[in-house]
Amino acid sequence: MSESNQLNTLNQQAVARYQNNFLKEVEDHVEEGQWVKMCMQCGVCAGSCPFGAHWEHSPQKLFMMIRAGKREEVLSTDSMWLCTSCYNCVVRCPRKLPITHIMHGLATYARRLGLVPKGQPTEEFATLFWNNLAKTGRINELKLTLGHYFKDGLISGIKTALGMQSIGIKMVLAKRLNPMEIFGGHGIKDLKGFQAIIAKAREIEDKKHGAAH
Amino acid sequence: MASIATSQTILVVGGGIGGMTAALEAAECGKQVILAERSPTLGGRTALLYRYFPKMCHPTCGLEINLRRLKGNKNLRVMTMAEVTAVTGSRGDYTVSLKISPRFVNKNCTACGDCAQAVTAEIPNPFEYGLSKTKAAYLPHAMAYPQRYLLDPSIAGTAEGEKAKAACKYGAIELDMQDEIVELKVGAVILATGWKPYDAAKIQPYGYGRFANVITSVEFERLADPHGPTGGKLLRPSDGKEAKNIAFIQCAGSRDENHLRHCSRICCMASLKQTQYVREAYGDDAANGGKSTIYYIDIRAIDRFEDFYLKVQNDPTVSFLKSKVAKIVQDDAANLILHGVDTEGYHRYAVEHDLVVLAIGMEPESNGIKLPADIIVDFSGFIEGSKDGGQFGAGAASSPLDVNRTTQNATAAALRAIQVIHKTATVETANG
Repeated sequence: MSESNQLNTLNQQAVARYQNNFLKEVEDHVEEGQWVKMCMQCGVCAGSCPFGAHWEHSPQKLFMMIRAGKREEVLSTDSMWLCTSCYNCVVRCPRKLPITHIMHGLATYARRLGLVPKGQPTEEFATLFWNNLAKTGRINELKLTLGHYFKDGLISGIKTALGMQSIGIKMVLAKRLNPMEIFGGHGIKDLKGFQAIIAKAREIEDKKHGAAH
Repeated sequence: MASIATSQTILVVGGGIGGMTAALEAAECGKQVILAERSPTLGGRTALLYRYFPKMCHPTCGLEINLRRLKGNKNLRVMTMAEVTAVTGSRGDYTVSLKISPRFVNKNCTACGDCAQAVTAEIPNPFEYGLSKTKAAYLPHAMAYPQRYLLDPSIAGTAEGEKAKAACKYGAIELDMQDEIVELKVGAVILATGWKPYDAAKIQPYGYGRFANVITSVEFERLADPHGPTGGKLLRPSDGKEAKNIAFIQCAGSRDENHLRHCSRICCMASLKQTQYVREAYGDDAANGGKSTIYYIDIRAIDRFEDFYLKVQNDPTVSFLKSKVAKIVQDDAANLILHGVDTEGYHRYAVEHDLVVLAIGMEPESNGIKLPADIIVDFSGFIEGSKDGGQFGAGAASSPLDVNRTTQNATAAALRAIQVIHKTATVETANG
């Protein structure tokens, strides 16, 4: 079974299992999802979000949509992917909901089910970042940067790279970016141990939510 | 059996509407009562209100009735400027220490006001929430009881104090008055220590203390009162212009895990009431006169207050916006722009107002004061009573209550205190 089919199956299973109770589904599978029912719809999170005007649905609205069972709209919106983790909403929420974490939890769950809008830039960069990190246990900044620049093809990659040239040179001179990293780069001492930790964490997650990876 | 009361006196701590009620109810049942008030006058925060909801009548009326009851009752002794510093002993047999601060004015005072005329030094008026200044020799307010002036301690040893003394025709000013410590034996204690407005400056996004035209609901009461600092005109603090486009922000501090966890209960009705001050000042033509906008999470106008809420909903000068304001920004003209997202449609708004009134939450006045270890308080600090069952919270000290419910609650507390004293008396009679 291909990966996308497998994701689709997981989505189908979730739909069948939770029927019309999307709130319960969120409580079971979304990190900090048990807080959603505590929202009293005051609107401070929505009004405090520096990116608020760009969100299709504010956190406040997402919480209401979850309770109203608007499953497809919630999981396929890119709103929660716009969260920059500034924590303005969290510090101001009168009910102390961990809103930032719930946004990340919703994004992660949507990704698990394969419902993220195609080409969502935050998701793409997050994937790139994770794959880069998981390889050696350390971020290879050169490869991460290049990978990001060239994600939309060679031409646009060269354009972006040229545009960022002066910053890149300064970073090399300040020893913040090592050009030799292109040949593999440095890693952590106990790479095997690190990978065992990741594998175990994934195993626990899968057990909790049903295998999908 | 716990201790048998050796004293049949009831001490009531706090002389606001709750303390006055508890003291009067007990005294009118024939019990000996001492009413101790920390400030120079009875009346508490009730005396600083312009009108009551929902009948829009004036607090002076009820206070006057209570003062009349009080003056005619031989069982009741009032002590002002008296602060409880310690309570020891147990149910039926308490020893209470009181610190009596100097008033510098004795009972010869006729409240003629010559001392205030003579003095030039001024202090922020503690009975106007600091909105205006008063002479350092002053009468707290028109309804003050006792009707007696006092000198602020800052002028007691100065030339200003001497001026006041020289001006007094009745020999009422004694500049060498000192703190006095008094010990009392009492059988039961009623703690009617009242409430205070939550510190609005702690609600950082609303800018209280930074923006002159963001004020609290208790300050707005003073603005509306003809005896207040503006003579009853709704003038905004920054430039003294009439405020006509006024925002009321509900749950300012209340129902908020970062501030006060509880619902303060009175603020919805207080704001609904205050919209009627605006209407009273400018008439009912919303286009040319004044208008009020209430920003709210939900309106909690409980039981019979629903009628008042319906009335205000139908008032063309009042509009409602279902949203907790996220933040306030001040512009160059000291107007305020309220930002948020409304819950009925999730529209983002930025609305300008010339005055913002924070419907400030109530917290116990006793917060920040170290209470004896056996006093039980709830998660917000409201006083339930003592473990030994001889001390009782009453009125707004025990729960966020309006005046009506405060008097009911204080009457109940008086009955509990009487039960303690009565039991004592019965046991003593049986033994004797």
